[in-house]
Formats: sequence, structure tokens, C-alpha cells
Amino acid sequence: MKKRKKEIKFYSGNLAVAEGAIAAGCRFFAGYPITPSTEIAEHMSLRLPQVGGIFVQMEDELASMAAILGASWGGLKAMTATSGPGFSLMQENIGLGAMTETPCVVIDVQRAGPSTGMPTLVGQGDVMQSRWGSHGDYETIALSPSSPQECFDLTVRAFNLAEEYRVPVVVLMDESTGHMYEKVLVPHPEDIEIVERKKPKMSPKKYLPFKADDFVPPMACAGEGYNVHVTGLTHDEKGYPQTTDPMVQESLVKRLCDKIRKNEEKIRDVEEYLMDDARMAVVSFGISARSSKAAVRHAREKGYKVGLIHLKTIWPFPEEYFEEMASMIEKFLVVEINYGQLKYEVERNVGKNKVSHLPKFGGEVHKPHEIYEKIREVYDGN
Amino acid sequence: MEIEAKQHPMDKYLRADRIPHIWCPGCGLGTTLNCFLHALEELQIEPEKLAVVSGIGCTGRIAGYVNVDSYHTTHGRAIPFATGLKLAKPDMKVVVFSGDGDLFAIGGNHFIHAARRNFDMTVLCVNNYNYGMTGGQLAPTTPLEARTTTSPYGNLEHPFNLCHVAAASGAVYVARWTSLHVRRLKESMKEALNKKGFSFIEIIAPCPTAYGRRNRTPTGLDMMKYYQEHSVIKHGIDPAEADIEIGGDIIVGKFVDIEKPTFNEEVYELIKKARK
Repeated sequence: MKKRKKEIKFYSGNLAVAEGAIAAGCRFFAGYPITPSTEIAEHMSLRLPQVGGIFVQMEDELASMAAILGASWGGLKAMTATSGPGFSLMQENIGLGAMTETPCVVIDVQRAGPSTGMPTLVGQGDVMQSRWGSHGDYETIALSPSSPQECFDLTVRAFNLAEEYRVPVVVLMDESTGHMYEKVLVPHPEDIEIVERKKPKMSPKKYLPFKADDFVPPMACAGEGYNVHVTGLTHDEKGYPQTTDPMVQESLVKRLCDKIRKNEEKIRDVEEYLMDDARMAVVSFGISARSSKAAVRHAREKGYKVGLIHLKTIWPFPEEYFEEMASMIEKFLVVEINYGQLKYEVERNVGKNKVSHLPKFGGEVHKPHEIYEKIREVYDGN
Repeated sequence: MEIEAKQHPMDKYLRADRIPHIWCPGCGLGTTLNCFLHALEELQIEPEKLAVVSGIGCTGRIAGYVNVDSYHTTHGRAIPFATGLKLAKPDMKVVVFSGDGDLFAIGGNHFIHAARRNFDMTVLCVNNYNYGMTGGQLAPTTPLEARTTTSPYGNLEHPFNLCHVAAASGAVYVARWTSLHVRRLKESMKEALNKKGFSFIEIIAPCPTAYGRRNRTPTGLDMMKYYQEHSVIKHGIDPAEADIEIGGDIIVGKFVDIEKPTFNEEVYELIKKARK
């Protein structure tokens, strides 16, 4: 199929997220102001009414997250945007979203933490929180863009994955990517692949709202005549609470986790850079992947056989990919703006003795020469 | 010989396969739910045109018994969930049915802001003066000096007057009844369901198991007798004058019924303008 010419835009990452959301069909946004994500809410308040969508500023992040779940059950594609402190408050209803299999997108523009931390400065400390920030066993999806272009593209993908797997999808951004302005190529609307949630085809009498043939059940929304009961309690295929039957708990929670775990390869988005003959790999994501790329390029010029594994999917973690990599790559260097989070996942899959770490504590981005120095140190075994 | 199965007159609105319910003998929730179902029937509201959203607690379980699109959400978050749902489905009636602890302690912030926005929804709060499901702890509605499992020496805190909070926050319809006033309550529910904007009804209901037996009204009947002897109907009074005190009268009636543009109308008007 011949694709139409892309439109050239000059967007910040935050703007690109908002535009990507609208392009993906997002028609509901509920949020609460928080630096450094606020431009997303501001832009959505301007743009959504123009496309018939609804913007509502809620009283806090607890409410924002609850509202997007409600809107999603009302049949709309829904999103919220926040940063660390707000992301913490949203965890409660991210859990409800996971339990009730509610498609939605949560943008987390990370700043330096913990707690209020450094509101205007970069961090990447929400890696682990984006996986299991809520209580109990569940799996979500987290994507991490490193440029305004990726902000647009990955936000579209986040909506598609949310609809396909009926799960809250986190776009794990960072302050630097959010505020950086770059050229963004926006595809013609008809060239953007859009995924819609699966709907029931059977009559309401035959419909079991939480029965899945292939991990993900079809979703009947409010007002469609199916009179579905939706609860955060452990529930059977009918959606009814079954709070004392461990068998119901097992089959439900196993499916909630397996629908993501068993589809890891389909969800996986890993970009390799100069990896063909590499003996060593830098592993990074988000803004840190940009600095890492410059450092790897420089190291190559100096004759080091080093490449970059740029993770755009953080969760589910590409375990099999790293297991395979472990047989080819001698050394791994994880670069991230925290004191070690993604590092543990890499260690777990390639072996601890193969992994080095270059942390930053937040507030600034790695300088490429710092990464280059670390590459030399690790590569030469000093 | 075939025996025709008898149907409960309210089966249309009930998930019969979930009965019996979990509520204790003497609890006011069954009566309250019955009033609600009769209100739906008399207004001829089709189940497909209604969504019920609950939080957590004994009242929160109502969502699981009504045969409509029903959402049993997290503790305190029924109102914001319903906010998203109603904005996505403007043609449906959205009712939040929850308890006093859920709506006014953990969910208090959401309540005052939904009322302030005059968000188009009906909030039905069953006030049993305590946290029933967890075994009778102190609630923001527990009367001063009342005994609960976390106020064994008597409550030191001043309770919320829920109708006063609702009115002060901007609700356009505010009423209070007890679960004894079944006809008045049903009529009030009909008014609230037909009201555009944020309508609120407080339903005082007995919780003999967790509250009553610690406060000299050990059975549901004792509590209903108390309502009968102490309820005073005062329509139109300032709800600030309707505090609830231990051993005192319970002032009931319709306190507020005013007109104001709703948030929802304004949002859709804005979209119309922005799309031009």
C-alpha cells in the first residue's frame, strides 16, 4: 500500500504524546497538574474538544485514574498523564484497571525522586513502580520513548496494546524527553494502524464477560445491553465475586499475568545499534539511550566493538532476548538515571558477573563522555 | 405437571443468581435497595439506560446485586469512576450507591468536588454511622460519644452532617430519610433520578450488628423504633440546622432543590463550539 506523505511538525515530547494520543483515537483525558507532565494536560484541554473528545481536570490523581477507567468502560479510549508523585497515587486504580482488564494509557513523565524530589529535573526511578506499583500479582506493559518522534509513535502503540490486551499501558517518559523539541513526522491518519478492543458477538444471555479463549475476553461496555458486573474483587468468568475460592483466584490471576507474559515477543520493541559484531552491549532506555548512542558511536570510532541495546519496551522485560544475547555478548553495561533498577532485570537474565552499571541519581542526564569512559573501563577490564 | 417458577416482582432489576445477599439481619440495606428498585420501576427506567457504581463496604455490595451495568470500584473512588463513565455515556443515568465511610472519609475529596462541579449524577449514601463491613469502627458520621470498636471510650470527634456538606459543596438536590421512610425515600429517589445535576440523598439505616449493639439499640427493630420516635420531617430547612446527635431527633426531609447548569451540559456545549 502506498503511504501518503508525512506531515512535518516541531513538537516537544509532551506535545507529541498528546497528538499521538489523539491520532490513536483517545477521546477522554482526566488529569491533575504536575511538573513535568503538565503540558500534556494543557494540550489535551485545547485539542480534545476540537475532535469531540472530553477533557476533565480532576481533584487529584486518585480521581484521574478512576475517571479514565470509568470512561473506558463507557467505551472511550482514555488517558491520563502525570509524574512520580502522581504516579504513586494512581497505583491504586492501576491495580483496579489490571484486575478489571480495562484498556487505558498512563503517561509518567519521570522526574527525580523519591517523594517530591526534583520536580523540574529528570529521573528514571519509576522503572520498578511501573511494573508492580500496585499490590498483588499482575502484569502491565510499559513503553519508553527517547525522542519526540518516539513519544508520538509509542503513544499510538500504547493505545493499541491497551485495546488488544485490555490492560493499563504505561508510557514511561522522562523530563528531558518530555521537554525536548524535535522534528516529528506525523503520518496521514489513514496510515496509522489503530487497534480496537474485541467486542462480544454472542447474545447477552450467553456472554461471560471474563471468559477468554485466547487470554483476552471480549469487552462489553456500559449501555450495550450486556448488564455486566465489574468488580475489583476476585471474580469468576461471569464477573461475580468469588472471594473464598482459591481455584477462581488461580485461574484469574494466572490469566491476567499470562496474557502479557506469553505475548512478550509480540509486545517486544528492542532497537539494536551497531550490535552486529559487538562483544559488549550498552543497555539503556529513554533519554539515557540517547547519550548512550553517542557514547557507543564514539567508542566504535576508537575501535571498541560495542553496541547499544535500546529498550523501548521495559515491561514485559524481554527475558528470552537477553538470554540469547548472553551467549553472544561478553559484557553488558546498563545506563539509567537511578541507582539500579533495570540493572537487576538484565543481571537476572544474562548473569550478574557480566553486568556493569552506570547510575545517575537524577537531576541530570548522563554526558556521553561519562558513558564512553565507563565503556572503556568495562571493555578493557580495568 | 409443570410448575411455573415464581418471579420476584423486582427480578428485572436484580441479579437473582446472586441472592441471598451478604447483609446481616436487621440491616437497612435491603429496604433501601428495594426503595431504589421501586423508584426505577415507577420511572420505567430500562436496565440498559442505567449504571450503578459503588465503592467498598456493605453498601458497596449493592452494585453486585442490580442487574444493570454495575461497577464495584476501589474504596472511595466510585464518584470519580462514575464521572468518567457518565461523560462517556451521557444518555445513561449514573447512580453512585455507597456508604458514609466510603463517600465521606476516604472519598470525601471526590464528593465535594463532584458537587462543586454540579456533575450530573445521583449519589445515594447509606449512613449507618460506622464501618460495618470491617466490624464497626469509627466513621466520619459516628455521633459524638458513640461507642465503636475504635472508640471504645466513646467518640471524641465531631461528625459530618452529610446534607450540610452536600449543600455547602454545591449539590442541587439534597434530602435525608431513614430506611423507615420507605415511601418518602422512594419518592425522593425518583426526584433525584430525574434531577439534572448533582443530587444527593442520605439514607440513615440501621447497623445493629456492628453499631446498634454497642449503642443501646441491639436489634434492627430497636433502631427502627428509634427512627419512628425521633424522626422529624422539616422540608426546606437549612441543612446546617440538621446535625445528628446521639439520643437527639433526626431531622429528615428535602432540604435543597435548586436549578444550576451542570458540568456535563457545559462540556458538550464547549465541544460544539470548539468543533465549529
